[in-house]
Amino acid sequence: MLAGAGLTLWRGTTRLFEALSFVLPSGAALLIEGPNGAGKTTLLRVIAGLTMPESGSITWRGSALTKQLQAGRLRLVFSGHALGLKSELSTRENLRFFARLAGLPARVSEILEAAGLSGCADLDVRLLSAGQKRRAALARVLLSDADLWLLDEPQTHLDTAGRQYLEEAIQGHLGRGGTVVVAAHQPLNFGSAAVTRLMLGDA
Amino acid sequence: MPVNSGTEATAGTAAEAETDSEAPALGLLALFWVVFERDLRVGLRRWTDASNSALFFVLVVTLFPLALSPRAEVLRTIAPGVLWIAALLATLLSLHLLFRADLEDGTLEQLLTLPYPLGWMLLAKTSAHWIITGIPLVVMAPILAITYHLPANALGVLTFSLLLGTPTLSLLGSIGAALTAGLRGAGVLLAFIVAPLMLPVLILGARATDLALAGADPTGPLYLLSALLVLAVSLVPVVAAGAIRVSAD
Amino acid sequence: MWTWFYRLASPPHFYFLAGKLSSWLLIPAIILVVIGTWGGLVLAPPDYQQGDAFRIIYVHVPSAYLSMMVYVTMALAGAIGLIWRIKLAHAVAASCAPIGASFTFAALVTGAVWGKPMWGTYWEWDPRLTSELILLFLYFGYMGLRGAFEDINQADRASAILAIAGVVNVPIIHFSVIWWASLHQGPTLSKLEVPSISGDMLWPLLTMILAFTLFFLGILAMRVRGEVLEREFQARWAQDVLRGASPMSAN
Repeated sequence: MLAGAGLTLWRGTTRLFEALSFVLPSGAALLIEGPNGAGKTTLLRVIAGLTMPESGSITWRGSALTKQLQAGRLRLVFSGHALGLKSELSTRENLRFFARLAGLPARVSEILEAAGLSGCADLDVRLLSAGQKRRAALARVLLSDADLWLLDEPQTHLDTAGRQYLEEAIQGHLGRGGTVVVAAHQPLNFGSAAVTRLMLGDA
Repeated sequence: MPVNSGTEATAGTAAEAETDSEAPALGLLALFWVVFERDLRVGLRRWTDASNSALFFVLVVTLFPLALSPRAEVLRTIAPGVLWIAALLATLLSLHLLFRADLEDGTLEQLLTLPYPLGWMLLAKTSAHWIITGIPLVVMAPILAITYHLPANALGVLTFSLLLGTPTLSLLGSIGAALTAGLRGAGVLLAFIVAPLMLPVLILGARATDLALAGADPTGPLYLLSALLVLAVSLVPVVAAGAIRVSAD
Repeated sequence: MWTWFYRLASPPHFYFLAGKLSSWLLIPAIILVVIGTWGGLVLAPPDYQQGDAFRIIYVHVPSAYLSMMVYVTMALAGAIGLIWRIKLAHAVAASCAPIGASFTFAALVTGAVWGKPMWGTYWEWDPRLTSELILLFLYFGYMGLRGAFEDINQADRASAILAIAGVVNVPIIHFSVIWWASLHQGPTLSKLEVPSISGDMLWPLLTMILAFTLFFLGILAMRVRGEVLEREFQARWAQDVLRGASPMSAN
């Protein structure tokens, strides 16, 4: 169960959010909405532990999230604007790296298959189209076997089939009791899961 | 079999009621290899970038005889200093390869969200970086030193001092690279920050070679160089990890 | 006792406290400078070896000592800011840097001035002067790194890490420079020796060191006030101060 309490963050002289709090049980999704520049990405990064807020805390099952992460009691995966893939390596090589880090047997081939990337799996990532790169990034998320998914605008560049793949993946994860936080300004179909909506950028 | 050293208490604290507490999947050695291997692979694919610093090394070494004098007596005297300075400058030039690209394509952030010790992973990255950028310097130095009329015994000491010193230079440089990874056009700033830290290595390395040149015993400075390397390997990763977290903010 | 500490770390409290403090520091500093200068330039006898040239130590040595002390203070403040996340500590570190760099520069210039009658030239690669030069680079690197970050929090943390790395290295650098100098010492090169010091020469020196230290602390208090005001300018108390609505403490 993910919870944020009293989060405050400034960017330069702009207050992005102040005393922000939320609670998210397992199997539920948090949707962060708001116009560009409202701080959606920043909030996501705060949850991931990448950016430090002025004040406030993020907890997982009652304890500080970063501690839970380091202690191995939580696996999270963060998928941001940048892909998180080395463009000089092929998709397969990239995924194999993450698979080994997660200590998982190489489910790489089946993930590639499911993501519709088998054909271009051995091409360098820099040669892929924007949509294929997004799918590769999503494949990485699936490979990670994480409890908590943090996704920043995951639908960018995805075509209809890609978006369907994304929504099915999210719904599947939620169904297995996972937690998802998504920052988006397009609607997403979360299926039957409970969705909390957080709107940033209001005065 | 997960190794617990380095990672914080995993299943050790019995007080926790959590049932899904898992030790991280990889032991430290395996983790090192996984990160090292990928960085090596990427670095080799971008070998043209890495070769820039090696070419710069050759360039600098070429400039001195042209600007000063090609006479053997002169060259022999300045050889230890020139080759060491050139190696330091070449290292400075190659440091941007360490973290900048990883910060931009998001792969650095991925390391930050893993349950593994960041310093250890950065050590693996820096090692891969040294293999690609430092070893060419160690290999080319004796060849170039021959053009400076450096005698055989001094050549050996020069090469060995570089072998001991260039990893330390890479490690010290990684601190600067980590601090400036997110800054635009920070090349000169990086050099400025890091060069004072590298001075002891430069002094010791050049001096060891000088001693060999004069027929004296160079083991003193060489021992000190190894000591600095050991010190760097143990202390730098922690500092670099802190610096990376700041840059990735 | 901890409440006092927490109060101190709160920007508005520090602002007003430092205002009062700076005059308590600077006035004695100036007095001590006058006394020390009188003692050093007039009262102390000329050195039998260096004549009157040695008198530069009354400025050179305190400057060099302060240049090092300020760097350590800067690193310490940065470390406190990093570990306990106290913003004020970072403000102190930021304020130290230009002061320390100035002391270092003063040490170098007075060292060169001292060198002329000693060596016949303004510069020799003397280990102490060379160390001071490297220290100047460390200061410039610190200030350069600070200025390169847009976000002040990143600037604070990054420069704190750099200062700590520098502080650890300073002894190593210092020893390697001394070692290097000892190898290349020719008969014409004499180190900047503080002459074997008698009581008459010593007390002005100690006075000057104390004076410089008080001066540093007083100037630091003033700079930190400015730094704090700049960082917190949107806060209520700062707006009040800027509009002159709150009574400002003396000086």
